[in-house]
Amino acid sequence: MTTEPKLSAGAATPRWQADPILSVERLTMRFGGLVAVGDVSFDVGRGDITALIGPNGAGKTTVFNCVTGFYKPTEGRIVMRHGAGRQDETVRQLTDSGLRWKKEGDSGVFLLERMPDYEIASKARVARTFQNIRLFGGMTVLENLLVAQHNPLVVASGFTFGGILGLPSYRKSEREAIDKAVYWLERTQLVDRADDPAADLPYGAQRRLEIARAMCTDPHLLCLDEPAAGLNPRESADLNALLKFIRDEHKTSVLLIEHDMGVVMEISDHIIVLDYGVKISDGDAESVKTDPKVIAAYLGVEEEEDIDVPEVLEDVVETIGEVAVGSLQPDAKGENRGGDK
Amino acid sequence: MASPEASIPASVQKPMGAQGRAAAPGGARSGAGEGGLAGSLRDAALAAFLAGVLGFFFIGLRADIAPGGLDLRARWGAWIVSILVVFVGRLALNLFVFRTSKPVTKTIGARLTGLSDAVPGLGKWLTRALLVFALVLPFVVTTFFSSRDRQIIDLAILIMTYVMLGWGLNIVVGLAGLLDLGYVAFYAVGAYSFALLATHFEFIGFWTALPLAGLLAAMWGIILGFPVLRLRGDYLAIVTLAFGEIIRVVLLNWYEFTGGPNGISGIPKPTFFGLELSRGDDGMAAFFGFEYDPIQRFIYLYYIILLLALITNLVTIRLRKLPIGRAWEAMREDEIACRSLGINTRNTKLTAFAIGAMFGGFAGSFFATRQGFISPESFTFLESAIILAIVVLGGLGSQIGVVVAAVVMIGGMELLRNLDFLTYIFGPDFDPVRYRMLIFGLAMVFIMVWKPRGLVATREPSAVLKEKKRIGADMVAQGEGH
Repeated sequence: MTTEPKLSAGAATPRWQADPILSVERLTMRFGGLVAVGDVSFDVGRGDITALIGPNGAGKTTVFNCVTGFYKPTEGRIVMRHGAGRQDETVRQLTDSGLRWKKEGDSGVFLLERMPDYEIASKARVARTFQNIRLFGGMTVLENLLVAQHNPLVVASGFTFGGILGLPSYRKSEREAIDKAVYWLERTQLVDRADDPAADLPYGAQRRLEIARAMCTDPHLLCLDEPAAGLNPRESADLNALLKFIRDEHKTSVLLIEHDMGVVMEISDHIIVLDYGVKISDGDAESVKTDPKVIAAYLGVEEEEDIDVPEVLEDVVETIGEVAVGSLQPDAKGENRGGDK
Repeated sequence: MASPEASIPASVQKPMGAQGRAAAPGGARSGAGEGGLAGSLRDAALAAFLAGVLGFFFIGLRADIAPGGLDLRARWGAWIVSILVVFVGRLALNLFVFRTSKPVTKTIGARLTGLSDAVPGLGKWLTRALLVFALVLPFVVTTFFSSRDRQIIDLAILIMTYVMLGWGLNIVVGLAGLLDLGYVAFYAVGAYSFALLATHFEFIGFWTALPLAGLLAAMWGIILGFPVLRLRGDYLAIVTLAFGEIIRVVLLNWYEFTGGPNGISGIPKPTFFGLELSRGDDGMAAFFGFEYDPIQRFIYLYYIILLLALITNLVTIRLRKLPIGRAWEAMREDEIACRSLGINTRNTKLTAFAIGAMFGGFAGSFFATRQGFISPESFTFLESAIILAIVVLGGLGSQIGVVVAAVVMIGGMELLRNLDFLTYIFGPDFDPVRYRMLIFGLAMVFIMVWKPRGLVATREPSAVLKEKKRIGADMVAQGEGH
């Protein structure tokens, strides 16, 4: 079943296990007789960019939908933590108590499998984007970002009553909301198109807008479902820079599903590989891309079979990505030859 | 509004494309103009032939009841006239719309678009002009049309009631995108709330009952909202339709409480700060020392409904710029994305139903006080359909569109009652009232073909950073049930 995480730095506990923002524990999702995700456990480190990869149909989006509450998992626990540390004692108490979350000051523990999707976004502060972009197409770019700030603005508008009366406090909050929207529009190079309908934007800009919209909810964890899908190399590079900016400047942890290995290998601090609904590898970029199970999964080779055909090896290298070319090729070849002898 | 071409409805452009393909071989044979004309004639002849065949029994023969059976009479004149009408009409359509490179409809559409582009503040000025007109209307009418003033003001009150109902329904259908076919239920709840409160408790007058009726209607809006929360599309429409009928049937059959089909009569008239608008010594006219005239009561009613409608409009405009209004529109665009942003869509839907219903309730209690008598007959499905037609015709989510549509629909229907001049054309037997609904239906079909997204199809953004750009209807989603 699940493999032990490959530890790149010897026996030391990896960062994502010491201080996880999100722990998925023994998650199982069945659709009728089909087991889409079977007994998957992983941790997402605080302040990391974590990538969830795997071939098509591996169950990545299902895991995502469970984490963000769009599916109710059949079994398993999904713990979201605000504040440092694993907070194991609180998690256990909360699980036994039957409550959905517990919040004390800045720290809090949220059991996502018990919460409805909108609460996961508003209370547990997990924001997400969608594989097939879901923008409010008939609303302007700016309006999209204001809708994302709905919950604080509703409070500021005195639950609508103050707003109808035109209280100045609401106008002030609305100006602040617009400022925040403009900040993210500048970050995503969309400020020139702020007054255009979202459906009018080109594809790459729509992807960026969706990320900007998610960031306007002030998330602790940002979940991106294939953010680089359909982007050209230049746009992918911009995306990398944006995600690094989000991680470094906003201290927001990022969990992403991605097929573009260029993006994954370059920016990920931690990679989890799923195949047929089961986790097959877990570790940093270096350890994952040399993991024979991962290579086998991407090529559809039997697990134990050695790869000694040079053409196949080239394919492997291509699949894992250009970024890995330099490091993988001689290394992998050496290993395989060693195995043969 | 990128270019005039882009805003022409697709339905107009379609025949052109079809024509392009059809005319190409003809043009290669004998020159574009001739081939087009010959083809048009052939097509028109075919249409006339079909009309002749179909019309032979429907128009050409007439059966009258005669002693001992039916008397069959041929009406060759009418038959030939109908064939000719079809031939000429089809030929004209072919020549000017279907088979020409510059269809007339397209030219008209482009002109109209050009007009609104040329005068940027047109909508704004139209709004202001309409508001001023609405404010001074009673004085204009009493001064210039004093012989028919009561009739005209009554019609203005009726139109204004529908404007208000349209604005109320616009919140649910236009902004939140929830197709509600049972809106008349809230109109009924408002009317019956006021009627029952006023007839059972003497101290409750119109102004006290108005907020209570609104609250009760809002409560019923929430009661309707709960079961339909999870419904989408056609199912939502059917359940709301059923809800409207349930309310009406309950009002009809709960005899002890609502009076059943007899309705409720003797509903008090609204007072002016406690003063009645009557001839007596304690009436408003006596109090202020001017002469009493029955028209004053109608003018007063007119201003009440104008005030209520304007409140509805102002609140809606405000709500659109508040988070709740943006959440409604976002929900219409994409409900799943809304939830991913932490918006509680259940509460958002319920507020839309409740606020829409509340304005329906206000309008209902006004209706009760104006009529003085209500019965379930006033709250049939046809009313819901008319209100929805006003909203759809005006353009979903457009406030000014609703006004124009209400004037056209309600005013137009009344206008058709007065088409006396048609009797000069068609002879004294002709009764225009009988064709009222036919003409009305045709007009609606034409408007929907010409402007499939309503008269005002563009959406105005609720927040602007630099430059306000209106959003074309093709971008805006219509929500559930369309």
